[in-house]
Amino acid sequence: MSAEQQSIGPVPHRVEAPQGFLRRYLFSTDHKVIGIQYFFLALTAVTVGIVLSLLMRFHLAWPNVHLPFINGGLMRPEQYLALVTMHGTIMIFFVLTTAPQGGFGNYFLPIQIGAADMAFPRLNMLSFWLTFLAFVCMLTAFVVPGGAPISGWTAYPPLSALGEVTGPGEGMGQTMWIVSIGIFCLASLLGSINFITTTIDMRAPGMTLMRLPLTVWAWFVTAILSLLSFGVLLAAVVLLLLDRSAGTSFFLPAGLSVNGELQMRAGGWPLLWQHLFWFFGHPEVYIAILPGMGVASHVLSNFSRKPIFGYRAMAVSLCAIGFLGFLVWGHHMFVSGMNPYSGLAFSVLTLSIAVPSAVKTFNWLGTIWGGKLQFETPMLFAIGFVSFFVTGGLSGIFLAQPALDTVLHATYYVVAHFHLVMGVAAIFGIFAATYYWFPKMFGRRMSEPLGKLHFWLTFAGAYCIFMPMHFIGAAGAVRRYADDTGASYLTAFQPVHLFMTIAALVTGAAQLIFFYNFFRSLKNGARADANPWRATTLEWTTASPPPLDNFGGIFPSVYRGPYEYSVPGAAEDFIPQNLSPEQSMQGNEGARSGR
Amino acid sequence: MAASAVKEPIGISGAGRGGNGRGSFGGDGRGGGSSARSVPPQRTYVTGMGVALGGILMFFMALVSALVVRKGAPSGGWQALGTAHLPWRILTLDTLILLASSATLARAHNRFRAHDDEAFSHWWGVTAILGVFFLGGQLLAWRELAAAGMYLATNPSSSFFYVLTAAHGLHLLGGIVGLLAVAFYKTRRLSRGTAISVASLYWHFMDGIWLCLFLVLLAGNR
Repeated sequence: MSAEQQSIGPVPHRVEAPQGFLRRYLFSTDHKVIGIQYFFLALTAVTVGIVLSLLMRFHLAWPNVHLPFINGGLMRPEQYLALVTMHGTIMIFFVLTTAPQGGFGNYFLPIQIGAADMAFPRLNMLSFWLTFLAFVCMLTAFVVPGGAPISGWTAYPPLSALGEVTGPGEGMGQTMWIVSIGIFCLASLLGSINFITTTIDMRAPGMTLMRLPLTVWAWFVTAILSLLSFGVLLAAVVLLLLDRSAGTSFFLPAGLSVNGELQMRAGGWPLLWQHLFWFFGHPEVYIAILPGMGVASHVLSNFSRKPIFGYRAMAVSLCAIGFLGFLVWGHHMFVSGMNPYSGLAFSVLTLSIAVPSAVKTFNWLGTIWGGKLQFETPMLFAIGFVSFFVTGGLSGIFLAQPALDTVLHATYYVVAHFHLVMGVAAIFGIFAATYYWFPKMFGRRMSEPLGKLHFWLTFAGAYCIFMPMHFIGAAGAVRRYADDTGASYLTAFQPVHLFMTIAALVTGAAQLIFFYNFFRSLKNGARADANPWRATTLEWTTASPPPLDNFGGIFPSVYRGPYEYSVPGAAEDFIPQNLSPEQSMQGNEGARSGR
Repeated sequence: MAASAVKEPIGISGAGRGGNGRGSFGGDGRGGGSSARSVPPQRTYVTGMGVALGGILMFFMALVSALVVRKGAPSGGWQALGTAHLPWRILTLDTLILLASSATLARAHNRFRAHDDEAFSHWWGVTAILGVFFLGGQLLAWRELAAAGMYLATNPSSSFFYVLTAAHGLHLLGGIVGLLAVAFYKTRRLSRGTAISVASLYWHFMDGIWLCLFLVLLAGNR
């Protein structure tokens, strides 16, 4: 009898959540609700971002087709640039920074370390609502007089610092952009304080650093990058705002003439912005991609039924990538006329990031090598993540060399590179996380056939969009041009543009399958039990969805590492982290059922 | 035995079973024990402030490195304020005031530890007043600079002067609000001792930041 009652794993019971819609769903301090809020914010943002990119692709393929919603029918070059700017900004800040860290990190970091919530729940709520405010601010840029800014997501001065004289959208629109990014910086800083403190101080007994799931390592390192880089961006946008509104000249040199108007500024230096911006901007790339690496590691191990290959090397390489990420900002500035010796130093440091990246890639391959592979949708997206990370990363080795970058910098080659390595790869990480954790977050399962269809269409589609882009880039197709039909050597690329646009439209349409699957499964998906993937980490030892305090009044203790799959001699092919050595030989029904 | 197994399933909260297992960050897990589970240990507030100061440090380092880079930029155009314009007398006095406030704060903290509440309130209040004096001094420095015709937009050197002092002043204003909050406001989750430690940590840090900024402003405007 007592053996039966010694059910392994917690016996959660619901702790009452605050009643009332406002406190429960809107101004909740529960990290799970906040995680879902971040996720839906990112879902909204990604929809806007995709629509903007499809408009760009449409215009590139058919520049002379009238669009009904544009005044006058034809898209003007500055409107195209506004699309470029808003697509980049929204995708990078409100999707790639918001979903993997704010969304999944918020939801699963506390559960995976066995905590009841974040260290500072109210601060957490404030972070989300500041992010929301920043997003609203960013969207307002579309509707203010002059429209959205046209200076790109990097907002280089002097054009971003002078106001309306530099073009429509550079008035109120650019100001809204700067204010929005400033608020976003504050939100990210507050969020990172929470993530770091929670990881340091809130771990369950037995959850040593070397027992943290690699997802937690990734979120932890990402939070450190956020903490150290967003403060720098905040300083930069404060200076830029002063240049625009208070007449200072931090970034504006003397003798500047714009549109035939001599600007009465003196003493500033535009490159100062580039240094500050990219000191943030390069770590930002890793803020977007590191959580995806964590999820890929987690999912590959789970669906290979094998321990992760080289756990310690995986954790150390995450830290190494994060550290090196702060030393390479100059590789974005090779064409700024920098000292060749500086260029060489930045180049060598950039190439050295290939070492920890290769460690990760080979460890992923080592993890699935010889595993009992289960090709469920999360696994497919994790493999897709590795695929895009490798393809996109390889072109980075070319771009890291100043001599090659000088030629390729202003071409589609760069667009292809960063879309594959940080855009598509990171999105695949988000998709892997969504399909993997959906059952835990909503207590229901997404459709596997639709998930697989979504995967194959997106996987093939993304390669069809971005592989040809390398070729026309290497052949000299200039990025940021609104219309390639004007010059004869550019017209030659038009059939490729047409192909990429069709691929983009198909890939965009494939996302409707995801949306359908997601929202249909929320209501009608099959009920998920506590541990549908037969996984080891703590989030799978509690109910789906977890109770308010995550473990229902129970304090988990941790006895083992996060990836104990197929352990010889164990009763089952996975051993949950909270299973003590005595119980691991008796089977893990309790942990799996979560009741 | 069976009954206790029902109440406390295996693999959960076994005190001593598997040790506290803390990682190399040290400490003892969640501190307060099982009854305080939903309340984070007091240590998290100190950790959180330490982490936050890391972010604040990067903000100021970005501004200072911008000043250094701008001053040495190949385009030139940096006009140092020089001893004639830089209100260094007021700034020196202000620095002394802020150093004194750190000393009075340390005194207050010490008195709190000795359970001498009256002396604590006294020194804590003196610290806040010194903080207000410091901000008043910064305003005087601004007035002196403006009287000399050096405004925010005059030259990058004056721009950086106003931006650095304003950024630090805002942070110190937050510190004064924090001191007052500790004095007059009781929180449920945060113990008084922790609140005093966290506020002190912030205040001493802002003192240190000002010393660095003062030296940078002196060196940058020679």
